[in-house]
This record gives sequence, C-alpha cells and structure tokens, in this order.
Amino acid sequence: MRPVLHRVVDRRRESDDVVTLALEPQGGRPWPFRAGQFHMLSAFGVGEAAISVSSPPGDAPVVEHTVRDVGPVTHAMCTAPPGTLVGVRGPFGTDWGIEGAAGDVVVAAGGIGLAPLRGAIHQLLASPRVERVFVVVGARSPAQVMFGEDLEVWATRGARVAVTVDVADRGWRGHVGLVTSLLGPLEYDPARTSALVCGPEIMMRFTARALLDRGVEPSRIRISLERNMQCGLGWCGHCQLGPLLLCRDGPVVTYDGAVPGLLLERER
Amino acid sequence: MIRRDVAEVVTAHPLLSGLPAPIIEELAGCARNVAFEAGALLLVEGSPADTFYLLRRGRVAIEVRSPVRGPLVIETTGPGDVVGWSWMVPPYRSQFDARALEPVGAVALDAVCLRTKAAADPSVGYLLLQRVSAVLIDRLQATRLRLLDLYEAPLAR
Ligand SMILES: Cc1cc2nc3c(=O)[nH]c(=O)nc-3n(C[C@H](O)[C@H](O)[C@H](O)COP(=O)(O)OP(=O)(O)OC[C@H]3O[C@@H](n4cnc5c(N)ncnc54)[C@H](O)[C@@H]3O)c2cc1C
Ligand code: FES
Repeated sequence: MRPVLHRVVDRRRESDDVVTLALEPQGGRPWPFRAGQFHMLSAFGVGEAAISVSSPPGDAPVVEHTVRDVGPVTHAMCTAPPGTLVGVRGPFGTDWGIEGAAGDVVVAAGGIGLAPLRGAIHQLLASPRVERVFVVVGARSPAQVMFGEDLEVWATRGARVAVTVDVADRGWRGHVGLVTSLLGPLEYDPARTSALVCGPEIMMRFTARALLDRGVEPSRIRISLERNMQCGLGWCGHCQLGPLLLCRDGPVVTYDGAVPGLLLERER
Repeated sequence: MIRRDVAEVVTAHPLLSGLPAPIIEELAGCARNVAFEAGALLLVEGSPADTFYLLRRGRVAIEVRSPVRGPLVIETTGPGDVVGWSWMVPPYRSQFDARALEPVGAVALDAVCLRTKAAADPSVGYLLLQRVSAVLIDRLQATRLRLLDLYEAPLAR
C-alpha cells in the first residue's frame, strides 16, 4: 500500500510540543475513516509513523492529525510548514464504535490521548441515541491542555467537561489531581454507560478499574493500545501484543477477555 | 435540633455515611457547619491542626508556598472530599495551606474533641481510622501515579 501525497494546508500549535496539521489530499478529497482509526504518515527522507486522525469523520476538505514531537518523524511533522508534502496510508485499525453508542458515555483522555478521541466526541454530541457525554481530561500542566476551543464548544453543546492537571500555580482555576479523581463525582448511570479511554497505559488501566468499580460492564469500556507499527496491514508482526496484531485488531479494543492481563504482562 | 442537623449532614458525607447511628451521634457532637468566602484559608501551614473539614460544596486548593515560584497547588478537592489529615498524628500541625477557590460549605470537625472521644471509646476511634485510612490510601495512590509523570512518556509508558 503506497502513501498518497497530501499537502499541509494549516499548522496549529496545541501546546509547546504538540501541533495539529490539516492535510489536503493532492487532487482529491479525504477518504472515509472512522473515529479512532489511524494513518501511517511519512515525512519524506525521515520515515513513517502511526498517527491517529484527530478530526471528526465527515465531508471536510481536510483531515487533521495531532502530533507530539517525540522523535525524528514526529519532529519533521511538527515543524512542517504549510505547503509541505507528506505521505498518508490508511485508514487502519479499529474505531471507537460510535455508531453503537447510546445512553451515557464517559470519555477519559490523558495527554496526547485526547487527539484520537476528538472526532469521537464531536460525533457523540451529534448522536440522537447518546443522552449524556462526560469528558474528563488529564494533562501534565495547564500549558499542556490541548484543544481548548473544542473543550469550550463541547461544554456549550451539553457535554460535562472537566480538566485536571498534575501541577499548577495559583493562576490555574481548574482541578489539580489525577484524572481518575474526576470520575468519582460524575453522575453517570453505570448500567447504561459506555466509556472510551485513551492515554498512557497506566492511566487507562486505573481509569478502567475505577469505571469497573462503579459497575460499568468491561465489554463497554474501550481503550486504545499503541505499539510500534510498520506495515499497518497485519503482515509484519511489529505491533503484536499477545494474540493481537494491534494495527488490525486494535488500536481500539474492549477492556475484557485477555486485554487487562496483556497490559500488566507488558509492563512487568 | 442544631445537633440533629449536623448529624444529618455528617451522615450524608461519604467519609462517614453508613456508620451506626450512635457513632454518628458521637461524631456529630464534635461537628459544626461552616462557610468560607472564596480566597479564605481553611488551614494554614504550620498552625495547630485542631480542625478538619468534610466538604459539602465548593472547591478547595491544597497549596504550598514557594518563595521563588509563589503558591503552588498540590491538589484540588471538592464536595465529598476531606480536607486536613494532620490532626490525626502528633505534632498535630498543618502541613499545607487549604484555600477556598469558591464559596465553600463544609462540616468542621473539632480534632481535639474527636481524639478525646476516640481515646475514651476505641471502637469509635477504630471506625473513624478505618474510614480515614481508606481515603488516605486513595490519595496516596493517586499521588504515586502523578509522580510517574505519565503524560511525559511517549506512547505505552
Ligand atoms: C495506533 C497509533 C496511533 C498513534 N497516534 C498518535 C497521534 O495521534 N499523535 C502522536 O503524536 N503520536 C501517535 N502515535 C505515536 C507515534 O506513532 C510514535 O510516537 C512514533 O514512534 C513516533 O515516531 P518518531 O520517529 O517521531 O519517534 P521514534 O524515534 O519512533 O520514538 C521517539 C521516542 O518514543 C519512543 N517510542 C516510540 N515508539 C514507542 C512505542 N511503541 N512504545 C514506547 N515508546 C515508544 C522511543 O523509544 C523514543 O524514545 C500513535 C501510535 C500508534 C501505534
Ligand atoms: S504493523 Fe505490521 S502487523 Fe501490525
């Protein structure tokens, strides 16, 4: 599967090391994808990396990706000025299953983990079967809180939005504490709740446990697992986690069956 | 009458809800309803830890003053939370400031009164300690996870 050329048409800074790129396919429109899926983006002469789509599915002329500068490829992406050509392959992997969502939905994100959930939240707020959407977001510091405008839009569209940071000075008026501390006071109905969780794996594990303790069904908790990807097509085995090939069976999986154990095994 | 009101509020707070009525009555004897304006200090670092608070409404920041960086917020707490631990163990001195971020309604518990009752009736002391320990452990675990600086690590860390 060969990369399709896309042009960077806009670059927006989300925090000191995170940038959102709007990409426009050369001579065409973006192909369909589902929220939670990812693309393999290539920076020519540097390499390729898996990056989730961060804009909602729809008929927009551009597709957005939110990238954190952690290494060669993501650095090239974060510093690519408008006009730069990049390669895009995909879409790959499983999605957040928004079509089946109903009742209450808790969305919990940590750090860059809000990026793959951004499109899903937009869709949840437009879904007639979803009653209440609770969005809880954890970041390291106030300066690292991404998608400030979206957070406001989601709140005005009816989502209960809460943001917490690990460290802050007195200028910050919001919460300070772990993201799980935001879950306790939420008035969702566990019997009719599904949850979408994305962030560092330890954060996802503790969030999933807090949801389970409240009575949310494991099969209704979805998390997103990230491992190094190469082919994206289920051929090379780079993304294997236990019996799963995460480019094909993930990144989004339900928190039941072998998944909780796989997370522990990996981190021992 | 006032005492019964306080007892109802105390029963409704997650820290003590579900405890036997006679124990709640005992504890309510040490409790009173209080209110704070935004910006007011509930606890002051270094001062005697003679009171702790069960929050009913409003948020409270646990702060530490840094001469260089100004006041730093360690954690924020809200309705259902407990503010103040230092009353439990000697030297009974508050370790941090606790500042109301907005108008706050709380139940203030007189620590000297509680310690006296717990000493006189160890079953009251045991139940109280059990409840407080559960909250403390929860907080400690959350603090440990924050020490890992999770969001800084790439991907699966
Ligand atoms: C399905 C999926 C979706 C993703 N979505 C996004 C996204 O939306 N935005 C985003 O910024 N990133 C995303 N990533 C992460 C991104 O693909 C990696 O960070 C990628 O390795 C970056 O490439 P690089 O060349 O910039 O850095 P690299 O040189 O590959 O890595 C830089 C640093 O990250 C560490 N690292 C790389 N890969 C892993 C790994 N798998 N596990 C643990 N540590 C690792 C390396 O050890 C190194 O310290 C996603 C990954 C997956 C699998
Ligand atoms: S990336 Fe090659 S099998 Fe998944």
